[in-house]
Amino acid sequence: MVQTDLIKDPHVLTGKLHWGVIPFHDPVVAPVMFAAIFGGLLLVAFVTYKKMWGYLWNEWFTSVDHKKIGIMYCIAALVMLVRGFSDAILMRTHQALSLSDEFGEGFLPPEHYDQIFTAHGVIMIFFVATPLMVGIMNVVMPLQIGARDVAFPFLNSLSFYLFLVGVLLINLSLFVGEFAATGWLAYTPLSGIEFSPGVGVDYWIWALQISGIGTTLTAVNFVATILKMRAPGMTMWKMPVFTWTTFCANIIALVIFPILTVAIAQLTLDRYFDFNFFTNDDGGNQMMWVNLVWAWGHPEVYFLVLPAFGMISEVTATFSRKRLFGYVSLVWATIAITILSFLVWLHHFFTMGSGASVNAFFGIMTMIIGIPTGVKLYNWIFTMYKGRVELSASMWWVIAMLVTFTVGGMTGVMLSIPANDFVLHNSMFVPAHFHNVLIGGAVYGFFAGFTYWFPKATGAKLNETLGKWSVALWFFGYFFAWVPLYYTGFDGMTRRLQYIDNPEWQLPMYVALIGVAMLAAGIAAQIANIVITIYKRNEPGYKDVTGDPWDGHTLEWYTTSPPQFYNFGDVPYINDRDPLLDMKQKGTAYKRPEKYERIHMPKNSWAGPVIGLLTLPLGFGFVWHIWWMVYVSVAAIFAAWVKLNFERDKDYYVEVPEVEEIEGQFLKSNEGRHYYFEQHAKHYKKWKPSDQK
Amino acid sequence: MKKKLFQSTMVFSLALLLSGCDLVLFDSSGVTGKQIGDTILLTMGLMLIVVIPTILMSIWIPYKYHTSKKDESYDPEWEHSSKIEFFAWGVPVVIIVVLATITYITSYSLDPRKELVSDKKPMTIQVVAMDWKWLFLFPEEKIAVVNEVSFPVDTPVEFLVTSQSTMNSFYIPKLGGQIYAMAGMENRMNLMAHEEGEFRGISSNYSGFGFSGMRFKAKVTSEEGFEEWKAGVRASGQVLTDAEYDRLTEKTRDHEVEYFSSINPLQFKNIIESFTGAQNGSN
Repeated sequence: MVQTDLIKDPHVLTGKLHWGVIPFHDPVVAPVMFAAIFGGLLLVAFVTYKKMWGYLWNEWFTSVDHKKIGIMYCIAALVMLVRGFSDAILMRTHQALSLSDEFGEGFLPPEHYDQIFTAHGVIMIFFVATPLMVGIMNVVMPLQIGARDVAFPFLNSLSFYLFLVGVLLINLSLFVGEFAATGWLAYTPLSGIEFSPGVGVDYWIWALQISGIGTTLTAVNFVATILKMRAPGMTMWKMPVFTWTTFCANIIALVIFPILTVAIAQLTLDRYFDFNFFTNDDGGNQMMWVNLVWAWGHPEVYFLVLPAFGMISEVTATFSRKRLFGYVSLVWATIAITILSFLVWLHHFFTMGSGASVNAFFGIMTMIIGIPTGVKLYNWIFTMYKGRVELSASMWWVIAMLVTFTVGGMTGVMLSIPANDFVLHNSMFVPAHFHNVLIGGAVYGFFAGFTYWFPKATGAKLNETLGKWSVALWFFGYFFAWVPLYYTGFDGMTRRLQYIDNPEWQLPMYVALIGVAMLAAGIAAQIANIVITIYKRNEPGYKDVTGDPWDGHTLEWYTTSPPQFYNFGDVPYINDRDPLLDMKQKGTAYKRPEKYERIHMPKNSWAGPVIGLLTLPLGFGFVWHIWWMVYVSVAAIFAAWVKLNFERDKDYYVEVPEVEEIEGQFLKSNEGRHYYFEQHAKHYKKWKPSDQK
Repeated sequence: MKKKLFQSTMVFSLALLLSGCDLVLFDSSGVTGKQIGDTILLTMGLMLIVVIPTILMSIWIPYKYHTSKKDESYDPEWEHSSKIEFFAWGVPVVIIVVLATITYITSYSLDPRKELVSDKKPMTIQVVAMDWKWLFLFPEEKIAVVNEVSFPVDTPVEFLVTSQSTMNSFYIPKLGGQIYAMAGMENRMNLMAHEEGEFRGISSNYSGFGFSGMRFKAKVTSEEGFEEWKAGVRASGQVLTDAEYDRLTEKTRDHEVEYFSSINPLQFKNIIESFTGAQNGSN
């Protein structure tokens, strides 16, 4: 797609760019491109017409409020979910048709198909699962520990914009140039300049490099927040399990994302300056890349799944109307997984030839992770035991997760046995397995959490019926889509095939297509649910007036929905693992404190969006070798950073009368519940185990 | 009702397992492949002992303690039981200890580098992954073939595997394991077929646009059949000269089978050294 003379000798002003890189004539991409441009213009026109730019800039874009940043993360993640899932529909349709007589080898040439599976993987991991999780963490974690914001509010905003630039770059690659066609981890030497001379891998590099730095900064921020900003009395062993899993996940991120950053930097040197870290000749070592990228990549999946485990724990305890079973076990299991996650990366390439003893070690380390994970499953099951399980939509996600994830865990242990892996490696069994754990573990967990905390973030509860429909469609859709691929994996079908020639795989491909249609309906139901809920947000049944719609146990339910910008009027002293439950039982919940104190808050900052978004021309200039653009962006980022450092007016106080007024209204709306809490407390006491005997 | 559901589930899974016998990995024609297929079924079966009850429990318990069932006991403060914790940790530990033992044993016994035992003389085949085709060099017979390989049944074959370009994985699913093909490196894998037949050979590691068509036929024949096949290759009269090899290094998709009746005996070594660069002074 890129002209060869421009590759060798980029133009001074436009680098490798020319009109030929824009896919005007591609029957699949061109309509999407025009629709995206048209839709974008329409959105801009609408915002301008409604005179909302000022509001958006002041209330959202420059906000350093963790809740708003969290919501923006979630919106971006859901938009990218649609993009990534469109790729999945294309792949499954293409592969199902690639055997039929009519379509011959499907409708996508390998040059296009191979970009799609690469983009699908990158998008789903980096730009859907990660931001959805970081978004929920952002909204919930500071509330759970009774903090007013994260430790470094500006840094949080900057992280978001760095992530957003990654999103923008990968979407730009669809319309300007091409994306990597190397598989989502861009194995060398295929991703080197010799075998991938186009700009696709450069888009991959800069999208991941910039958003990856954002994730590292988020990890720094969250670890500091959890260590330093917990409410008085909340020791580590009184932290809610979701906060614990957030903590451990961010410790993982803090360790692994620098590995990715350095590995990508090395690949950048290889591609831009003819270095030989990972090339075939001149002493390069492709195995080094595979090791580095998986030393990041495997802990990365635990980074994704641990917070999901935390969400499952919170939802299960709340809707079982019971305390979480085996808190200490669950926390130790989380810590064990955190440590073990660094010791298993080699199981992704048993077949590279490392030999029996190395393979045996990594195989056994991998299956050991099954122990703490199994413990977690049993603890959730026994949380429901002797409870009063209320099967709300979030609880449906939990049960869908328990069933699906158990199957995924089993296939994971099967793969961890090196002997098995020698025949299953890179077969369809592998994508079936990791979708089983990522959908069944991480995504279901995120959706459980998303449904559970949606009223906290927005002030309105999602529609339960639509919510349950989406669980059902996802649950059965998953099995329809992936069980056939487990089957073809056992039949020796390898992954990433642009066309298949074995008629026995035709039927499984069709069944999988039905599953994809069900998943699409599930996603549509969720989007409809969010739209309807926002539309009806003030109607009874949707609106949450109490701030505590589920009768929660933890601190985030001790404030309004959505919480005030300062989160809590007063931060209570924490005496219990379930602080709000404890306060409800003691009758101290939602009572006016003796006195309010003035609240110290950070001011909005222009610097997050400005510095963050300036990395877009930086990355774009690097991708297309437009060096003036790179220099200008670096200079502008530096200038903005200098200006930021000379600013003194960064914080302010919320004075007591204002707090009193806001809190007074909230406490009034909860007055009616005090009688209920008294009953509640009696009820709980009545069933003390000692009384039973 | 419950019983009926249980029965139909059992019948269904049994049918699935039986149909599994047709699947390539469980109906292996290779000696190691057969053992690997058995290991997969054994480990899956062992785990199902735990997995099925866990799944049933995660459906049954919320059903039994549903909020509508006011008669069931309710104990909201109950959050710890040493007995249950013992089983929650103990059951996974036991199953993992068993599986780890199997892992340790099979990692060695089914290691593809391990030489296979047979009373027949083992043979060596050198394999080169190219864009996007497989080149097979027979150093003893001094012949070479593109996208086709043949060897006699019940004979241990040692494959020496390298790559001319990107990373690939050399794999004959019907016979057993796979091993990565990487430029400048020699990997090795032993296979032995116990059945004659023509099997699919593939690259299982994505290597670029022509990857899907990077297939070869693996023909396992009798001794006589192998001699015939060799004679057929020799009859081609083509010589794998440097110029011919350069032609093969060009990117092609769905490459046709090609025979070469004569090769440079050092061809394989030269391919590897073209990357490790003996000229750069190493060794």
